[in-house]
Amino acid sequence: MALSIGQLLQKKSKAVLESWINIQLQEEGLKEELISNQEIRKQSEEFLQSVIQLLKNEDAQNMESAEFEKAAEILAGITTSRAMQGYTPRETGVFVFSLKEAFLSVLEKEFKDNSVPYADSQKINKLMDALAILTFETFITSREEVILRQTSEISEISTPVIRVWDGILALPIIGTLDSARTQVVMENLLMKIVETESTIAILDISGVPAVDSLVAQHLIKTVSATRLMGAECIISGIRPEIAQTIVHLGIDLSNINTKASLSQALRSAFMMLKLEVRKTVEKPKL
Amino acid sequence: MEKIPILKMGGYLLVTIQVDLYDRLALNLESDLVNMINKHSSKGVLIDISAVNIVDSFMGRILGNIAQMSKILDAHTVVVGMQPAVAITLIELGLPLSGVHTALNVEKGMVLLQEKLLGDDTVITDDTDDNT
Repeated sequence: MALSIGQLLQKKSKAVLESWINIQLQEEGLKEELISNQEIRKQSEEFLQSVIQLLKNEDAQNMESAEFEKAAEILAGITTSRAMQGYTPRETGVFVFSLKEAFLSVLEKEFKDNSVPYADSQKINKLMDALAILTFETFITSREEVILRQTSEISEISTPVIRVWDGILALPIIGTLDSARTQVVMENLLMKIVETESTIAILDISGVPAVDSLVAQHLIKTVSATRLMGAECIISGIRPEIAQTIVHLGIDLSNINTKASLSQALRSAFMMLKLEVRKTVEKPKL
Repeated sequence: MEKIPILKMGGYLLVTIQVDLYDRLALNLESDLVNMINKHSSKGVLIDISAVNIVDSFMGRILGNIAQMSKILDAHTVVVGMQPAVAITLIELGLPLSGVHTALNVEKGMVLLQEKLLGDDTVITDDTDDNT
């Protein structure tokens, strides 16, 4: 055998590519609506070339070589775009693993009695495994990025300060209240109090799934800060379970004005501002 | 030496802090204010801190002290116009200033003071000078 495995595969790259793409297309559940055949072909061709270049090297798994970096970069790009598009890990993994299959099936035909020399198949195996691990790392990282971005978006969206009446602000809190979130909530609320010269702020926690001692601590902080600014704070939307938890945990909310529902809080806010809501009495027609 | 002016207006004392309050200044303010309350037998003290951007635990304590001292001398203290950042800092420092009344601005502070005094059944006429 005169040709090294890298050169051999270079010669047969057309066959490898066809067989690889076939395997990918046969894979069940491939999301055809997400990616076109041309796209797969383009991605596959690009990656295949870089892997073949890599196989020509003596130590293919050397992670520091320029060839490996190039292959890794291409792979990372493909994986990231797939993770963003909502591919499953399996579908992303198949992309790399099916290439191994394609390599070996093409090589088998090249060697006598259909057996690929152990050293060569080992080389391909090791390299492809290294690349597969890389795929999963990249896949998970980009998924985590998506999650992080969504988390920050949620926390930004979910802290609106609403002016329900002249001098009354309402702040529905949805989702868990952690320290970072409390900071945002507090800042938004205090800024809004200054801006609108409101004297009453209603903190509605009906969207908070659970209240533990830390969350309660944060609530107390927010209420105290509001009080320092010279406004009153009412906490509303306390569900029965939350009331139970608060008492069981021994949290003292006696200094804080609490109401069961937003409507009750609003009613008491109206009373504080000496406002009255009345049904209009229709005047009898003459 | 810098000095924070204390204005007497009827039965009230008005203090507007417009510089950053360093320790010596704060201590002087504390003693001046107590003396003024005693001298004029004022019933209400209004401290405007809307121009204060920086606050530390010492100043937080001084504000609390002033409120307590005035209380002993039978005067109510209202702190008005606290900046959001200052409020957050005080809370983070663990100083909720529980003995101090607060209001959003001077106008609301005056209303609050008057309400407090009405609750005490103290009637303040605009001219409380005994000399006249």
